[in-house]
Amino acid sequence: MGLLDKEFSDSNIVIARTDDILNWARLSSIWQLSFGLACCAIEMMATSASHYDFDRFGVMPRPTPRQADAIIISGTVTLKMAERIKRLYEQMPDPKYIISMGSCSNSGGPYWEHGYHVLKGVDRIIPVDVYVPGCPPRPEALLEGLLKLQEKIRKETLRKKTA
Amino acid sequence: MKKAQEIFDILKSEFDDAIISISTETPTEPMISVDPLKICGVSLFLRNNTELQFDSLMNLSGVDDANGEKGKVESDLDLITGGTLSVYYHLHSTKINHKITLRVSAPRENPEVESVESIWKTANWHEREAYDMYGIKFLNHPDLRRILMPYDWDAGYPLRKDYKSPEYYHGMKIPY
Repeated sequence: MGLLDKEFSDSNIVIARTDDILNWARLSSIWQLSFGLACCAIEMMATSASHYDFDRFGVMPRPTPRQADAIIISGTVTLKMAERIKRLYEQMPDPKYIISMGSCSNSGGPYWEHGYHVLKGVDRIIPVDVYVPGCPPRPEALLEGLLKLQEKIRKETLRKKTA
Repeated sequence: MKKAQEIFDILKSEFDDAIISISTETPTEPMISVDPLKICGVSLFLRNNTELQFDSLMNLSGVDDANGEKGKVESDLDLITGGTLSVYYHLHSTKINHKITLRVSAPRENPEVESVESIWKTANWHEREAYDMYGIKFLNHPDLRRILMPYDWDAGYPLRKDYKSPEYYHGMKIPY
């Protein structure tokens, strides 16, 4: 955005559209709910750790749904867990975003036929913004998913929620 | 260390009727079949006898033998009636370092097996799992309720060979 550039040092006024400012603020500090389900959660933790460093995109884990902006569904959603996930989602304040990470959470993954206990896609209970394919996805893939989510948020307007 | 045949002979002389047979032709380990309603006494003996000292229940698992009559009508082709459900016990003695496998088979329509929870505490959750997945009832178990599936799951026991997945659970569609 160039807000910190020297050329603005003479004046403390910056003119921008409200949408741009809000979207910039939102997409630059997505606090994700500290929440993991299965092996995808291990990759998600690796993404958070120093090597891939989620924090450089402003993403950090927040262990309460009341102060989280996004939830990454990182793993197999069992029917038993599905109701808890829905409750967590409902406890998050708007605007809230969902990244579905990995085959299980996208579509049931390897449990699609004989998984008597698995919900075949988390989008059956909550609205997903970005689907990240993989089993499990590498940290690079999750980062790409986050960038896609940022792109989506950048196009939002106050009049209409799109992401 | 005792061989499976020796263990079988000791048990046979002690319990007679409760010990049904030994099968040595199994691809893995020899197996002793026991009466499902007398497994508790046999287990206590296996643990306490100085020659055996089976102090560790390594694993307890349920099995659907699916050896009953298959349904003939189109609508319940997979339905199984009769036959048995089994429970397998893998025992190990950490003191003598020998192993044995026990098997009990109970009728599918009323699968009742004595609990061994009072002998090996590890059996508590294992028996709950066998109950959860196969509906095997463990008599005298202190807390026999589902362990993995939701407590209000009423569609049956999912690892039985004739299990049919329900369409919905709490409004969520289950099939793909």
